Amino acid sequence: MLKRPHYIALGLAALLTLMVLNLPARATERLKLAIGSIFVPLFGLTSTAQQLPSSVGNLLITRKELLRQNEVLRIENQQLKLQEARAENIERENARLRQIVGWQHQRGWKMKLGRVILREPANWWRSVQIDLGAREGISNNLPVITIDGFLVGRTASVGLTRCQVLLVGDPNCRVSARVENEARDTGVIGPAGPLEREFVELGYLSRNAILKPGQDIVTSGLGGIFPKDVPVGKIVDSHQIDFGFQTLARVRLGANLNSLEEVWVLLEK
Amino acid sequence: MSIPHTLLLLLAAFGAVFVQAAFPLGRMLFGAQIDLLPSLVVYAALSGGVSAMCLVSIWGGLLFDSLSANPLGTSLPPLLLAGTVILLNRELILRDQTFAQAVLGVCSNAVFGVFSLLILLHLGTRPTLGWGTVWELLVTALGGGVLSPLTFQLFGWLERHLTHGVVVQTSFRNDREIRRGRG
Repeated sequence: MLKRPHYIALGLAALLTLMVLNLPARATERLKLAIGSIFVPLFGLTSTAQQLPSSVGNLLITRKELLRQNEVLRIENQQLKLQEARAENIERENARLRQIVGWQHQRGWKMKLGRVILREPANWWRSVQIDLGAREGISNNLPVITIDGFLVGRTASVGLTRCQVLLVGDPNCRVSARVENEARDTGVIGPAGPLEREFVELGYLSRNAILKPGQDIVTSGLGGIFPKDVPVGKIVDSHQIDFGFQTLARVRLGANLNSLEEVWVLLEK
Repeated sequence: MSIPHTLLLLLAAFGAVFVQAAFPLGRMLFGAQIDLLPSLVVYAALSGGVSAMCLVSIWGGLLFDSLSANPLGTSLPPLLLAGTVILLNRELILRDQTFAQAVLGVCSNAVFGVFSLLILLHLGTRPTLGWGTVWELLVTALGGGVLSPLTFQLFGWLERHLTHGVVVQTSFRNDREIRRGRG
């Protein structure tokens, strides 16, 4: 049996637990960031461990292969430069036409590249930690996309040198999205299920929505966090719910959230 | 339990949380991440005292929640609960038996998972739940059953190599030799 001092120790632990659970939200957030910063020295270790397989692979590439890749990249670079010049012209023309018609200017975005340093340790949330924080100008609720441009999620809990990214499919990261069909049906993206990490559900769609597998899903721009027309994924299947009052579609995400390594955070210009 | 031993446990809790967040091997292989903390709490409760168990639970729980989307403090009650139940029954538990360690690992991981979810729901958050959650809890519990004996073996090995062994004294003493015979 336990002695009296042991019961006192257990009581103190229980009291501390209750105090932590009942702290105000702001204090909890700060305390969480402060405790999490203990891991900062180990973040370098994570990225080194992640890069190790590719570094080993690089050692095995022959000179001939490197030269071939270099040539391919040189050609691709020239093509991209041409495309960029053309895009700049179109952007200028677009801005001029908007001015003539009197439309509001579109929000401009600048991008910051972040590296994924840690993943969610609990099974019931979908989040990652990246190595960008308030020091790099990151704030809460900024959209995050993959290198290929697919939607990843939004920022939350921003510390000085790191921040948490809530991934698409997390219950706290709802996204207003649009189906690329004739009717341009809009709905809200939510989680699909605990084990279906590459899928999300697009709900609140009209019961008359004509959905086909393979149709693209993009962000609608509604809600104020995510810009318009960011690709999310493709429809896999759909069915009617709530006695046929609305349609629910299962969407395969374009971004592979299980193997994220680098992401773009979009900052307003 | 000595202070270095308790510090080693706290360091292990820190490492366990980091490994769990940095290397999602369990999620890639089985679809669910295996929790390492409950096994440590089992070890602390059986090999240490109340203070070691409380410290590991509080320190480990806070570290875990700081890297997770859990509200801070969510992991503390389940870890403390598992540790307290083991502490109260530690005289009845065969702590050196691998089977007992495995069973305790399974139970503590199951308690950790279920109680964490109940606390999250009580706090008004909406974790991802569904039939897949049963699979996740099962994988976590079974993972704990494997990890718990390994934790005991690891700390046993560390103890053997980092601390002085107990000197076994014989009852023979030169100065107390009984001389027999006629001289």
